[in-house]
Amino acid sequence: MSGPDSASEPLDQSQVEQMVSDALEAIAAAADSAELKTVRLAHAADKSPLALANRRIGTMPKDQRRDAGKLIGQARGRVNQALAARAAELEAAELAARLEAERVDVTLPVAEHPVGAEHPLTALINRMCDVFVAMGWEVAEGPELEAEWLNFDALNFTPDHPARFQSDTLFVDPPSAHKILRTQTSPVQVRALLERELPVYVVSPGKVFRADEYDATHLPVFHQLEGLAVDKGLTMGDLKGTLDHLAKAMFGDTRTRLRPHYFPFTEPSAEVDLECYVCHGDSVGNPDRPCRTCRSEGWIEWVGCGVVNPRVLAAAGINTNVYSGFAFGIGVDRTVMFRNNAPDLRDFVEGDVRFSRSLLGGAR
Amino acid sequence: MRVPMSWLRDLVEFPHGVTTSQVADVFTRLGLQVEHVETVGVDLAGPIVIGRVLDFVEEPQKNGKTIRWCRVDVGPLNESDANPEITGARGIVCGALNFAKGDYVVVSLPGAVLAGGFTISARKTYGHMSDGMICAADELGTGEDHAGIIVLPPAEAARAGLGSDALPLLGLPDDVLDIDVTPDLGYALSMRGLAREAAQAFDVPYNDLYSRRVPEQAQGAYPVRIDSQDCQLFVTLCVNGIDSHAPTPMWMRHRLEASGMRSISLPVDITNYVMLESGQPLHGYDADALLGPIVVRKAHDGERLTTLDDVERALSTDDLLITDDSGPIGLAGVMGGQTTELSDTTTNVVIEAAHFSPGTIGRTYRLHKLPSEASRRFERTVDPGVACAAARMAARLFAELAGGTIAEGTTVAGQVPATPTQTIDVNLPARILGARIDPDRVVEVFEKAGITVRRKKNEMLELTPPTWRTDLRDPYDYVEEIGRKLGLDIIEPRVPRAAAGRGLSPAQRARRAVNAAVAQAGFVEVITLPFVADDEPDRLGLPADSDQRRLVRLANPLADTAPNLRTGLLPGLFSAVVRNTSRGHDDLALFEAGSVFWAGSDATAPMPEVTHRPSDAEIAAIEESLPAQPRMIAAVLTGQWLPATWNRAAVQADWTHAVHFAQTAAHALGLRLERRAAAIAPWHPGRCAELAVRDAAGEPVVIGAAGELHPDVIRTYGLPARTCAVEINLDRLVSCAPDGGQIAALSGFPLAKEDVALIVSEKVAASDVEAALVEGAGELLESIALFDVFRGPQIGEGRKSLAYNLRFRGDGRTLTHSDVAVARDNAIGLVVERFDAVWREA
Repeated sequence: MSGPDSASEPLDQSQVEQMVSDALEAIAAAADSAELKTVRLAHAADKSPLALANRRIGTMPKDQRRDAGKLIGQARGRVNQALAARAAELEAAELAARLEAERVDVTLPVAEHPVGAEHPLTALINRMCDVFVAMGWEVAEGPELEAEWLNFDALNFTPDHPARFQSDTLFVDPPSAHKILRTQTSPVQVRALLERELPVYVVSPGKVFRADEYDATHLPVFHQLEGLAVDKGLTMGDLKGTLDHLAKAMFGDTRTRLRPHYFPFTEPSAEVDLECYVCHGDSVGNPDRPCRTCRSEGWIEWVGCGVVNPRVLAAAGINTNVYSGFAFGIGVDRTVMFRNNAPDLRDFVEGDVRFSRSLLGGAR
Repeated sequence: MRVPMSWLRDLVEFPHGVTTSQVADVFTRLGLQVEHVETVGVDLAGPIVIGRVLDFVEEPQKNGKTIRWCRVDVGPLNESDANPEITGARGIVCGALNFAKGDYVVVSLPGAVLAGGFTISARKTYGHMSDGMICAADELGTGEDHAGIIVLPPAEAARAGLGSDALPLLGLPDDVLDIDVTPDLGYALSMRGLAREAAQAFDVPYNDLYSRRVPEQAQGAYPVRIDSQDCQLFVTLCVNGIDSHAPTPMWMRHRLEASGMRSISLPVDITNYVMLESGQPLHGYDADALLGPIVVRKAHDGERLTTLDDVERALSTDDLLITDDSGPIGLAGVMGGQTTELSDTTTNVVIEAAHFSPGTIGRTYRLHKLPSEASRRFERTVDPGVACAAARMAARLFAELAGGTIAEGTTVAGQVPATPTQTIDVNLPARILGARIDPDRVVEVFEKAGITVRRKKNEMLELTPPTWRTDLRDPYDYVEEIGRKLGLDIIEPRVPRAAAGRGLSPAQRARRAVNAAVAQAGFVEVITLPFVADDEPDRLGLPADSDQRRLVRLANPLADTAPNLRTGLLPGLFSAVVRNTSRGHDDLALFEAGSVFWAGSDATAPMPEVTHRPSDAEIAAIEESLPAQPRMIAAVLTGQWLPATWNRAAVQADWTHAVHFAQTAAHALGLRLERRAAAIAPWHPGRCAELAVRDAAGEPVVIGAAGELHPDVIRTYGLPARTCAVEINLDRLVSCAPDGGQIAALSGFPLAKEDVALIVSEKVAASDVEAALVEGAGELLESIALFDVFRGPQIGEGRKSLAYNLRFRGDGRTLTHSDVAVARDNAIGLVVERFDAVWREA
């Protein structure tokens, strides 16, 4: 590259233009950042023709300095701009190339710890409790091995009630000690009435035991969630409203209907059917659109409930002229069965990892 | 209760056009849930006719079976090309042997369609062209009975005529409702009770065939004496000169079979039929086999009775007996005795209609394992007011169908118990149901149900139920009656405003947090059955003083091999492991959380009165009588914790993962887990950590153990080698969980790092070295982490090098080199002093 070598010579515009075009040509030709660095040294660094030309300005007569300065300044500006633009261009291209080169197969397995899961019953119990806690209710608990009195007598089961026979209830040896495995979580309700201040709004989830068969639809050990509310002026309307709310919270757009039934501890008593939240009854009598959830019946038997029998309140020392209450019981295992289409109850207690992992521990 | 619609329609005149499904819906809304509706005979079609077996030839077959080649007269339908050699009859092969020449039978001719869509055609079988089929009950869908073909009563069949349609005679087609009757509604275990409910629901009049009241006490028929309070009423009627061979008419047979009972013989069928219709179980005695007056009393110690199922039974003194001069002749309300039963030689019958205490009947049939239609009804309470009318109906049927003569007079011992009167506010039903109900409507419903209503002052009603409504006792029972009869749709739903709640209790929140944390850490929750064998503690190798030896035994276990409640969670998890590995799942990290049971007091749990709150002492005694039931959480690991994959070798599950489980649980509650080596069953004595956390006072609380299982235990339970386990007393862990906690100001001054390696004896626990380093380093130490354990010749036999990364940071200033060096040297110095350690300078 040639440049003006005489300090005294005036700056030639065409020479400057040549320097710029040489520089721009070299910049455009730089294939990567390293080449561009060399180009920068040659055309924009201290020893570059334009820098040298710039240095000469000081030696020029005063009247030429201004024009020369402007000329060189513009020229250097053009070169620097081109350098910056090319640098950005090359960096972007190099980054793109690097990113392409660093591509991984994101579908490769990534397990850093095993897939754990809570049992579907645990998940559902938590979810149902949350609905009640949000309504201001509390969760009450009690022992699984329970006094016979709390499980039966206090709940208005007569001494000869069939449920109390050894064919139905598991007794601790000797039976005369009046200790049993609770057949329902209702003794927790009695405990709540004995222990808590009124009003009482509690749900009690937990394990219950029956001398029942062990097959696809029966388990001797299963789970209930029972609710009890005792307050001034409670009616069956409060019961219906509460269960409607639970149904909507858990299943979305659905409703319930009450059918009269019988339980010793409630009077009047009812069974609650849940309108099928999947087919809304469309599957009834419609073999082309069968529904697994309700078995094409349109309604799902879901809850046993009723107004707390005043005899139960009396056994807990509550003034039945002032207080009334309602209670309900939900089979949690059965709810998982229809909610998750689980076909066989035995899977719930056999500990096969595939069962608990069915929902990946996530679905509620 | 199975309810043939044809029978119900006989008793209730339904409004025109009412369908079976409408009736079913009404029952369900009344709390008499119709489980399903079965239609019998609906798919029958084509020629199913009455025929008569003219004669037959028995032909033994090679398969050991004998068939009958019959000539069956079907009157005008005899014409057929199938067997040209036979005239005036059709040739039919029959596999049953329960009929005789001349019997009338049901014949399905070619073209007929039987139950299940089975089409009849003339076909070659057993070497003959069988030109139709003689039908059994199951082929017509009227019963399960395939023991033999249906033999029709000759007079009725002859009257209908050979070749005529057999279905009307068989009462087909018919709908049968299967109703689930709840235990309180004993009266609904009868056609009479259900008909009354249906009539009220459809608002049509009801004509009670059993309205005759029980008269005053009398000994007009067979003499009876009641010697037990468990028998309130005993009515007898006598019918003389019956023909025990008389056939049961088809209408009665159909009704019995459609109701799920078998037709046995006319006398038995009559008593069953009247029971189904009236709800009153009846018993018939052969009058000539009775010796002296009937006495109802409790059994004496050591007494025995052979019941009519031919079983000799040892009686309990709680059993209520029917006796005569010969001794016991029946278990009251449960089963009659053999000596006095009705037989085909009986000519004179004594009909019993009695009322017994529900409890005693229930206990007796359970003790002797003799459930029956009768005992089921007595247990749920029979209408005592119907006894006389039912006995009268049975006597009339004996007279009409078996040609007997009803003897004059009735014996009535005891009396119908009075029904309790109750007074309620007419607004109570509306108030409890949460519905708007017109008081007049309340009175109307009660009266239609047979309740006597007296209106009193202040809108009070004095109510006396009819004899059959033993369920009406308390005010709320009447509320339920209104709810049932008006329908629960009248309830106006509203969500009650509960008192301000406190959310989950701290313990509940803590247990949830632990469960979720260990699940997220990779453990799979299972739920197992909580029953264990007698030798479970031995199998686990537990020491004599272990809490887990305190087995609670069940009196009536589900399985005799596991008669005790679990005292720990590991045996259940072990069986889950075995189940999984047998199904090909070898890599397992299972956990379970739940109660265990540690026997304590042998005290009997009190049974206080139920009319009032038990005393505090009684409540305390109940609590003290129950065993300890701590909640535990446990995990078992086997196989690979992580499988080999493209970027990593497999990670074998080992003791560290068992500890990891405990650590995860502790961290979820803001607790630091402490460990020390301990030999605890059922773990490997050299690979077991005792686990502890600090309580609010800073005291250590042992919560469980973790590690590799003892090889003996692994072998005993058939577990994979090197199976690891952890068991924690969850209640104890949760009780130590801090509420709240401190968050310190964060220092922004620079961090200084120091690595130190210390050689100590193998016997020195890493946690002790770490504790000494922490203590020695003082307050400037921000964190410490062990990053290497090294063994080798340069370290020396029986020694190990532990390498730690120490991080220091000043609070309020930048640390100098000498600050850090002093702290580090102090830390090292303490370890050297305590454990005779050697510092490996880098």
